[in-house]
Amino acid sequence: MSALLAIDNLSKRFGGFVALDKISLSIPAGERLGLIGPNGSGKSTLVNCICGTLHNEQGSVEFDGRKLDGLDAHRRTHLGLARSFQLPRPFVSMNLADNIRIPLLYTVGARGIHLSQHLIEERCATLLREVGLEAKARHMPRDLTQVEMRKLELARAMAAEPKLLIADEAMAGLTHSEVEDILTLLVRLNDQGVTVILIEHIMSAVMSFSRRLVVLVSGKKIADGKPEDVMRDPEVERAYLGQ
Amino acid sequence: MRTPLFFLMWLGIAAVVFGLALSSGNDYVFFAGYVVLQYVVLSTAWNILGGYCGYVNFGSAAFFALGAYSTVAIYKFITENEFYRLPMPVLILIGGAVSGLVGFGMGYLTLRLRGAFFAIATLALAVVLQTLIVNWDFVGGSRGAYIVRPEEIAPIGPYIRYLFLCMLLLAVAAITIARLIEHSRLGYGFATIRDDELAAEAAGVPTLKLKLIATTISGALMGMAGAPFPYYIGYLQPASTFGLDYAVNSIAMPLIGGTTSWIGPLVGAILLGSLQQIATVTISSAVNLLIVGLLLVGFVIVAPNGIVGLVQTYLRRKPPEFVGRRHVETQSPETVP
Repeated sequence: MSALLAIDNLSKRFGGFVALDKISLSIPAGERLGLIGPNGSGKSTLVNCICGTLHNEQGSVEFDGRKLDGLDAHRRTHLGLARSFQLPRPFVSMNLADNIRIPLLYTVGARGIHLSQHLIEERCATLLREVGLEAKARHMPRDLTQVEMRKLELARAMAAEPKLLIADEAMAGLTHSEVEDILTLLVRLNDQGVTVILIEHIMSAVMSFSRRLVVLVSGKKIADGKPEDVMRDPEVERAYLGQ
Repeated sequence: MRTPLFFLMWLGIAAVVFGLALSSGNDYVFFAGYVVLQYVVLSTAWNILGGYCGYVNFGSAAFFALGAYSTVAIYKFITENEFYRLPMPVLILIGGAVSGLVGFGMGYLTLRLRGAFFAIATLALAVVLQTLIVNWDFVGGSRGAYIVRPEEIAPIGPYIRYLFLCMLLLAVAAITIARLIEHSRLGYGFATIRDDELAAEAAGVPTLKLKLIATTISGALMGMAGAPFPYYIGYLQPASTFGLDYAVNSIAMPLIGGTTSWIGPLVGAILLGSLQQIATVTISSAVNLLIVGLLLVGFVIVAPNGIVGLVQTYLRRKPPEFVGRRHVETQSPETVP
């Protein structure tokens, strides 16, 4: 199967600090991939390099058969790469419906699909319904709870109609039932054909969601495989539990 | 309300304002009104970049001066070569084109800077441009340049009335453009830049391109406001054209009126501009900046979102549907200069 996302020998340094060291990863379409690692292992840096927030000095990223190197973040979004942020970053001056409207206007519109005002309203309502926020469509982000904020992040990413969604710690700080809510959402999205990369510290969530698990430690990929196998890997155990 | 209707409505209001000014029978009304209208255009232009996008421009005076000096350059060229005198609307368009071009260039060079760094870069631009003008003898250099204003223009009468009318129409055009942007796809894009540039890019918004559009439109409108100025003032010198008054007023007026909507700069400019004109005739023009400073301090403490923000806060007590879609109750420190 050809890869939807192919990362080859990717490296990123911040001065003398090596944040990513020759990472290679191939993710086929439809994958449910869990990306784990201790704090500072380079997970978010990898996401930032994939999404174009940071530019890698070495190596390459290919998405859907197209090289992404040097491409601005918004162009990558137009190609079908969406992300949610570790700390929710809503557009604070807009209500929820308008937050969803942005990717519809700028990403779906950039693909040459003209959406009428009515259709945009309809899609905003549908997406907010899917994440359970329909009743708050006219509310401002500051009125939301933590889990609602996370859901808004996901809904905004979904509005871009991505082929690949990267959920960066979308469940941090949530209760067990709230984690279940987000997981259900991600599974539903994956069932609709969207490839999902889940970055998470909540291991139960990662294990129940992922079909494949990648572990980063100190900017290096130390394991890649089925979740059960990866968790038995002595190197992964050492990384998480120490010697 | 649709834009053409909005434009026609404001044209109607402008006609009433012009009629009232004419009926006063006092040309000082035109002199004072011109300054207020000039500030309406300047603050509306500033707000397109500063309010909508959250990029604070301290170089308003430079764009204003560029418009003014493009008129001076054309005036000198025409008088030296005995060419046909260009009508004011053409001078305004040329001033706008020159400033818009410089705005585009400034945007291209500085828009990877954010917050205070961007603001300082715009200030530096003003200093560089002032130095260039001071050393350009053709437009008078540091000595300044005299422009002989025609006494009358048919069928309006005294030339100041014509300048007032030009600025009135320019103000209508500026607020129509600002409102059109605010309610368009572009306006949504600008608001995402103000809120969170990283999230905007992730949502597919081409932030650099939008910022270039904002600097160009904002610069062009400021230049247009400056183009008729040499004919108004009669004697143009770099120290006053690049002066602090324009930079401070064009920031303070939107901040006092409210930056998230087209109406904020309009309210701020009318309020502050009128107060300054009253102070000029009753006390002294020297207190103008003091008035701005005091009001700015007062508003930052009492109503950080300006007059429009105060009204929106009042409306928020009603169901959310009645509230403007981009109301900000508390701005982040980055958006407040």
